[in-house]
Amino acid sequence: MLHMIERGTDTAAGAHTLGSFLRARREALREEDSRYSLRQVAGRVGIEPSYLSKVERDIGSPPAEETLVRLAGELDVEPDVLLALAGKISSDLREAIRRRPLLFGELIRQLKDAPDRAVLRVVREVRDGEW
Amino acid sequence: MIELKDDALEFSFPEVHPRARLRVGFQRTLRIPDDEREHALPPGLGRFPLRHVDDAGERVPAEWVRRGGVMLPMYQSEAMWLNFTALSDYPFALKVAAGKVNAATGEEWVDGLHRGPQDYLVVPGQPWLDGYAVEKGVIRQFVAMPLGEGYSAEEQIFGTAEHGGVQLLACPMKREAYERKVARRVMALKDHLMSPEMSLCKAPSARADMSLAPGGRMRQEIYEDEWEMEDWDQRHGSRCFIHLTNSLVWRAITGEEPPTTPPTSREYTEAGLPWFDYYAADREALAGSEVLARLRSVLEEGRRRGRVPLPENAPVDGERVVPIRERPRDRAGVRDGRW
Repeated sequence: MLHMIERGTDTAAGAHTLGSFLRARREALREEDSRYSLRQVAGRVGIEPSYLSKVERDIGSPPAEETLVRLAGELDVEPDVLLALAGKISSDLREAIRRRPLLFGELIRQLKDAPDRAVLRVVREVRDGEW
Repeated sequence: MIELKDDALEFSFPEVHPRARLRVGFQRTLRIPDDEREHALPPGLGRFPLRHVDDAGERVPAEWVRRGGVMLPMYQSEAMWLNFTALSDYPFALKVAAGKVNAATGEEWVDGLHRGPQDYLVVPGQPWLDGYAVEKGVIRQFVAMPLGEGYSAEEQIFGTAEHGGVQLLACPMKREAYERKVARRVMALKDHLMSPEMSLCKAPSARADMSLAPGGRMRQEIYEDEWEMEDWDQRHGSRCFIHLTNSLVWRAITGEEPPTTPPTSREYTEAGLPWFDYYAADREALAGSEVLARLRSVLEEGRRRGRVPLPENAPVDGERVVPIRERPRDRAGVRDGRW
């Protein structure tokens, strides 16, 4: 699981459902720290324990974006990973696509099967020059 | 690969290891009195804004574009410290220079890592750096002065005002060394994710460069590298040039307001706000550099030139000092504090 989180959204989808991912992550943390019980995590995220229990069992619709982002913060995982598992796109990405739909649509289609290295090159790097 | 995120530099080396990620921030802070007393660590007052030099187009000197990197705004006589956050337990060797003067050794910048004397610091382990290492356990604070006025370490040591800015080189540990020496210990902890004076009217031709000069004395240790030299992956090092822009021209370059000026040390202390001391009992500190020890502080250099370079230099007393201890041998996890 550790491996999967580190590799980000590229390997998160498909291997797990949102619920099983959340439960596995929380329980791994709980083995080291009792503050990661279902009840305490739900309390810190501001949801009912019974609701978190249902989410972990993939019962009902996935939580709203804000809840997923809070859960991601609490469980120290990338919010985009949880959002992808929930079948959602974060609002900032949605806005970026909405503003330039053709450009971003084409960009994602072009990159969807590209190797990680190629995708990482698209990220804006700080340029080193001559000094 | 280096990215600019939330006004910090994030070094990552996905080609070496997914955990090899390091954050370097540039903290605004108080200028400690330049009075030969040894002061405690001043607080962080938030990060300086960082921007790509490439975004400034022709509003910065062609020299800056040639060097690449990023830029941040500093007022004359404003101080800065650098904070280093390992975003996992992955070790890094980090070389820090100002005006291409190595902050640990006083030597001129060369690429690569060296020992005898050790010319880099190690993260995790070294949480921050506030200045030039002048003695064992003592640094002289980084204080911004206009490049070309003779105060900077670069001008005092090399006699030239050529570079200014701050220079960094980060080298990750080799993957094999990490997996053998560090990861094994972490895996035993289960899958626990781990858990920084010119007039405006002259704008285009005015020199925007600031350089770092040695200010007051502060208690701070730079720690010895406890790993082996061959553990460092120097094939994958990343360098970055951080240009220091006079805050007075920041708006002309970026269209953004620079941060306000920080409070004085006296104002801060009189408000009862804390200073800090950092202890890492089981680490050995480097000796400090004789070259750097001979530097004249901004105040000394100003007096020699018949000037008053610091607008305010009142002594402080009655500081409330909060000790911060390194958790023993707990190198994992994200370190925070002193904000």
